[in-house]
Amino acid sequence: MTALPSRKDEAWRYSNIDALARIWPLPAAENVIVPAGATFARTIVQDAGGVVQLALSIGKNAAAAIHVLNSGGDYGRVELNVTLHEGADFTLGCAQIGGGDQTLEIITTVTHAEPGATSRQLVRSVAGGTATVSYLGKVAVARDAQQTDSEQDIKAMLLNRSATANAKPELEIYADDVKCAHGCAIGELDPMGLFYLAARGIAPAAAKTLMLQAFVTGVFEGAADEDALIEAALKKLGELV
Amino acid sequence: MLRITNLHATVGDKPILKGLTLSLNAGEIHAIMGPNGAGKSTLSYVLGGRPGYEVTGGSVTFQGQDLLALDPHERAAAGLFLGFQYPVEIPGVSNVQFLREALNAQRKHRGETPLSGAEFLKIARAQAAALNMDMEMLKRPVNVGFSGGEKKRNEMVQMGIIAPVLAVLDETDSGLDIDALRVVGDGINRIMRKPDKAVLLITHYQRLLDYVRPDFVHVLADGRIVKTGGPELALELEAEGYAEIAA
Repeated sequence: MTALPSRKDEAWRYSNIDALARIWPLPAAENVIVPAGATFARTIVQDAGGVVQLALSIGKNAAAAIHVLNSGGDYGRVELNVTLHEGADFTLGCAQIGGGDQTLEIITTVTHAEPGATSRQLVRSVAGGTATVSYLGKVAVARDAQQTDSEQDIKAMLLNRSATANAKPELEIYADDVKCAHGCAIGELDPMGLFYLAARGIAPAAAKTLMLQAFVTGVFEGAADEDALIEAALKKLGELV
Repeated sequence: MLRITNLHATVGDKPILKGLTLSLNAGEIHAIMGPNGAGKSTLSYVLGGRPGYEVTGGSVTFQGQDLLALDPHERAAAGLFLGFQYPVEIPGVSNVQFLREALNAQRKHRGETPLSGAEFLKIARAQAAALNMDMEMLKRPVNVGFSGGEKKRNEMVQMGIIAPVLAVLDETDSGLDIDALRVVGDGINRIMRKPDKAVLLITHYQRLLDYVRPDFVHVLADGRIVKTGGPELALELEAEGYAEIAA
């Protein structure tokens, strides 16, 4: 794409186009080919704003795991374009934590091109202030990709009523023997839970952090640098509550 | 220790407490009984400071402090423990983490040094054992997947670990079978039956009072205490019903 996208483009409908214009045109997306039988892991920490674009082609019986912490800058976007070959496996664990007037988004396209591949996407977003956090995720299953097993598990937590969360899982399925689970939920911290924590002596900010920590940090499970990711996420959460 | 004077409170603009007066001294256990809708749970939430429970008149002093001026977490640090009728589930937060954070937050508030993980676990183990609770349950997320009885037992473990000065226990006996009732009753006696502590026990039924013998029994009806007596009053209520006594 050479022309600057507008919000009429589906994949950019919640984006901050002004911020995007400042860094446009984007460099070419990174391409990674995971050979048959191999494993690949990557952690993406987007803490200063900008667009990260990664295309992954996961070979036969290969596995790739991506962990994302999307938390920095006016506008932070992570775009993943994943193609799964026979028996391949893809795991995404993503946390997006935004406050102020940040716009944070993750856009995924996961294509099950061949049979027997599995994909699991776990996304937890937290938005405070007037921030906008979005997930746009498409799972495409090709005609021959029988025995596909895919899951999109997407949740967002709004810290106040001025924040926005968008979640759009999308399925395009041409095979007839597949399992494609998808769930989305957008909610607020349980006030009764917060009162319960307060009644045991935990101050409001610490109580919120504790509940948000529980909400978010599970996405980093299995990451090589899990502890560092949790620490960075907690630091950001601490700034929001 | 606790002095409630002419307390009025509303929930969503509806007056619930209408001039409640009650005093507890150190070393005493008071039971509050009363029909549904009398304001028993409202009293416990007002004392705990739950948002939405608005005090419109009267005062509450706790160990000489204006309790109502404190935030809920400050009330806890001051030594108030609120036992919930429906303990809340907190997914993803383990009991151990929650309680250590709670205890250390209270200690910090009081200017005491925080407990190390090992010191905390020692206390937690002792309290769990005293209430027949498996340590494994303490490692699980707070109240998630616990039965009604396990939740109430967990409240008592928390009370044991936190060691408050005053416990306000809202229907801690509801949902308990006979054995669990005894365990919880023993827990209340062991933790709170001390010369420098006090308990306000809110209950519908007399049976918990077989295990935790109150010094005073109050009948709460339509937002006020309408009758006060000794333990025998609970037996009378059980025999005759609230309608008769509160009339």
